[in-house]
Amino acid sequence: MTLLADLGALLPEIALVIGAVALLTYGVFQGEESRDDLVSILCVGLLLGAVALVASTGGAAAAAFDGAFRIDAFSQFSKAIIFGAAAFAILMSADASPTGALKRFEYPVLIVLASVGMSLMVSANDLIALYMSIETQSLALYVLAAFNRDSRRSTEAGLKYFVLGALSSGLLLYGASLVYGFAGSTSFPAIAAVATGPAASPGLVVGLVFVICGLAFKVSAAPFHMWTPDVYEGAPTPVTAFFAAAPKVAAMALFARALVGAFPEAVADWRPVIAMIAVASMAVGSVSAIVQTNIKRLLAYSSIGHMGFALVGLAAGTEDGVAGVLIYMSIYVVMTVGSFACVLMMRRQGGRTENISDLSGLATTDKGLALILGVLLFSLAGVPPTGGFFGKLFVFAAAVETGMIWLAVVGVLMSAIAAFYYLRIVKIIWFDDAAPAFLREGGARLGLIASLAAALMLPGLLFLIAPLQAAANTAAASLF
Amino acid sequence: MDLRLAAARHAASAGRAKGIYAMDIGLGHYLSVGAILFAVGMAGIFLNRKNVIVILMSIELMLLSVNINFVAFSQFLGDLTGQVFAFMVLTVAAAEAAIGLAILVAYFRNRGDISVDDANLMKN
Repeated sequence: MTLLADLGALLPEIALVIGAVALLTYGVFQGEESRDDLVSILCVGLLLGAVALVASTGGAAAAAFDGAFRIDAFSQFSKAIIFGAAAFAILMSADASPTGALKRFEYPVLIVLASVGMSLMVSANDLIALYMSIETQSLALYVLAAFNRDSRRSTEAGLKYFVLGALSSGLLLYGASLVYGFAGSTSFPAIAAVATGPAASPGLVVGLVFVICGLAFKVSAAPFHMWTPDVYEGAPTPVTAFFAAAPKVAAMALFARALVGAFPEAVADWRPVIAMIAVASMAVGSVSAIVQTNIKRLLAYSSIGHMGFALVGLAAGTEDGVAGVLIYMSIYVVMTVGSFACVLMMRRQGGRTENISDLSGLATTDKGLALILGVLLFSLAGVPPTGGFFGKLFVFAAAVETGMIWLAVVGVLMSAIAAFYYLRIVKIIWFDDAAPAFLREGGARLGLIASLAAALMLPGLLFLIAPLQAAANTAAASLF
Repeated sequence: MDLRLAAARHAASAGRAKGIYAMDIGLGHYLSVGAILFAVGMAGIFLNRKNVIVILMSIELMLLSVNINFVAFSQFLGDLTGQVFAFMVLTVAAAEAAIGLAILVAYFRNRGDISVDDANLMKN
């Protein structure tokens, strides 16, 4: 394959990098005063353009750079979600920080650069590409977590994220070195040819377990979740909204490609590990969230739980399972973006509030927001006929099909426990005494995003679930 | 490769015959060093309660121990990919250290110290 064809296969990423560098240069020449929204808007434009580029290539499979990257329906599906979620994150941030900390031009550019890393992650088909793309994403995310550099909480969140992120990269890398050594190659297809079961090479299995631990950190699955609540709470809320959406999709897609692409024959080795991680995540996410009083911390535990549910589909290790993971993640992203838009609208005189008790009696002061948040919470809880229910349905069905009925039963029990704390918030919103109303001005765009998400989750998905399922099935099929 | 190994073995046995202690350094030795360094790095992250800089050093140690693995495997497989990977890791480690120190500086400006125990603004 010629260089030109290689570059063409990664056109969306290359376009994003060039655009990001150009905007960075523009911002530097404008200097500190350039607090206008131009860079943000252009970044959103870049990301939407990348979605269009991804969509225009269709799902034709291609390999680039000597097989280091693979472009197929799976990567295109994930990339579209990632770029879309990143674009919404920038839109939400522009509205959410009228005072300034996030107004610096580096902010949207960093989100674009992180998206480039994520987009390479879902295409990575080689251990080197996997590691480099994860780091491209992570280095941008560390800076984003500490972006509000005058805030003690933000810098502490950045520091914690950095240390634990670097630790997880170390674990992943150690695993990668063992896999390379015992398989003799870093390319996924070559590893797959060697990794045919535990008897083939115990060293390979040890490496695989290290890689799984590293990736479990990145998707914040228990027992590697401890950074998530602190980082989510400490980081500026628009950044948290971004963290909870796009990077999770990228890491989960990478997880699926690494396991299914490099270890398809060793499914009996990794299935129990993934199943245990899934159970632990669902348990931690459901039980720890009950006692939280901070809404961002609660959503952090909620996302840990959701990663557990998505991993149930991956534990199945079948085409249906991976399709379930993709459906789950797309629905999860919409719910998350919507609920963080609601959290960003919790503003009073003197700043943003983050306590769940501040939502008290929201139904009497702001019926619209109460309704939207209610729908999103029902969807997060997985109550039919909302979107969250369909997501769970597909992953549990895949687990049952592969004979892991126990896993599906545990999942249903855990989602019943999780429903308790989601519905507790619904009760606080609708039946408790009214707290002072939130400020309304400047939240128009957030309101629009939140209501769009709610509309997608309740009536919209009943029509969209069939095309979504078809797309996810095609995407999953390209992986096997 | 085989020739070189044979030559090394021959030299080693000649040394032993003369009463000089000599040992073949094999893949297992390199992997053991890598594993020990990796464990030391990990222990450094979890056991250290005083200073965040020590954590950064521990992270570097972990990455370098992985490099030993890569280079050793690369040599013993006769495949250059491992050494390419090691260079990539070195580059990323440098970038990571730069960003880690930058975050640490921002943190220090707000807090006035970099003790690990004091990084507890957020609790359950």
